[in-house]
Amino acid sequence: MSLTAAVKTLRIDGRDLSGRQEETILDVARQHGIFIPRLCEMEGLSDVGACRLCLVEVKGQNRLLPACVTAVEEGMEVTTNSDRLQKYRRMILELLFTERNHVCAVCVSNGHCEMQMLAQGLDITHVHFPYRYPKVEVDASHDRFVIDHNRCILCTRCVRVCDEIEGAHTWDVLGRGIDAKVITDLNEPWGLSETCTSCGKCVHVCPTGALFEKGRSVAEMLKRRQFLPYLTLMREENE
Amino acid sequence: MSKKRLATVWLDGCSGCHMSLLDMDERLLALAGIADLVYSPLVDTKEFPENVDLTLVEGAVSSEEDLHKIQIVRERTKTLVSLGDCAVTSNVPGMRNPFGRKAVYDRAYRENVTFDPGIPTQDVPALLPYSRPVHEIVTVDVFVPGCPPSADTIFYVVTELLEGRQPDVSPRTRFGS
Repeated sequence: MSLTAAVKTLRIDGRDLSGRQEETILDVARQHGIFIPRLCEMEGLSDVGACRLCLVEVKGQNRLLPACVTAVEEGMEVTTNSDRLQKYRRMILELLFTERNHVCAVCVSNGHCEMQMLAQGLDITHVHFPYRYPKVEVDASHDRFVIDHNRCILCTRCVRVCDEIEGAHTWDVLGRGIDAKVITDLNEPWGLSETCTSCGKCVHVCPTGALFEKGRSVAEMLKRRQFLPYLTLMREENE
Repeated sequence: MSKKRLATVWLDGCSGCHMSLLDMDERLLALAGIADLVYSPLVDTKEFPENVDLTLVEGAVSSEEDLHKIQIVRERTKTLVSLGDCAVTSNVPGMRNPFGRKAVYDRAYRENVTFDPGIPTQDVPALLPYSRPVHEIVTVDVFVPGCPPSADTIFYVVTELLEGRQPDVSPRTRFGS
């Protein structure tokens, strides 16, 4: 970090704040305890702006901007919460619930799931869209871990942590749109993967119960995410 | 003030929501003071009565019988509550949906049966192609997710509604409970 980093001043939800020019709206909001919901963004990983939950209003812009990939600018006026944003965030979450088969009651992550908590926080008591009930797989071929595609929301945190932090790039995304899915190696069973180091980072960054440790039953999968900012910080200091 | 008319219905669910209702313990007496339970798996009425003020529905709509029942219930109820995840999302009963009805029938009535395998045509209501949340079939007024919603939540929702207020359920319960 350069000591001469340019500082931008902006206003978020009426508060006068400042951030370094390379920081995003989400970074600055987080530093000041302003909550912006998100499912794909994670501190310590690159940002992809995939889930669209962190959309915010920026004065002078007609379209909504994803806070996780929008750099702060001088004089920016940001609103992180409004009826319009709430409406879209609810819609996005409800669509995520319909896209695969999310059954909280029998999920390993029940009570510890980021999506479940966000739904409650946004007052979602039911889903207005028809459920799709797709037939998707569960791959339990790995010795220690399982991927249940029923619960995957394609946030790609597993893909990024595996590539950027572990350096293995076992995970990737196959297909497009509604047919997209995360795969290991060249769409081979996880248990046969030659690149997977079995480090388990993907399991612990997964926001839902899609990735979990074998043998965990309902509500038993507690994810430890503290390692990531710590690991990134240590690496930066050693550089 | 005359007592309100309360009903509960059990569609495709495990009866856990009804167990949770009973878990209100002594508050059931308080409830009995303000409402009459006019229809429920817990009482002996056979026919769903007319002019019900408040009906709690447990369970998804999975069979021809559920479908028939929920339409009558809706017609005769002022305020209809989807109680619990099966009613709200189709939950565990809905886990059969990705496999299709035929696979479910085959597993239950053919693959694991030695004596006279075959799909029953009488006494057991036919399955619908999909197990559905109640609000995909009829209009639902209030949603109470949870598997099951706690006794506290149910007591709160029922008393608020009986006293003419809209309950705020999100702080009290969620999908999965």
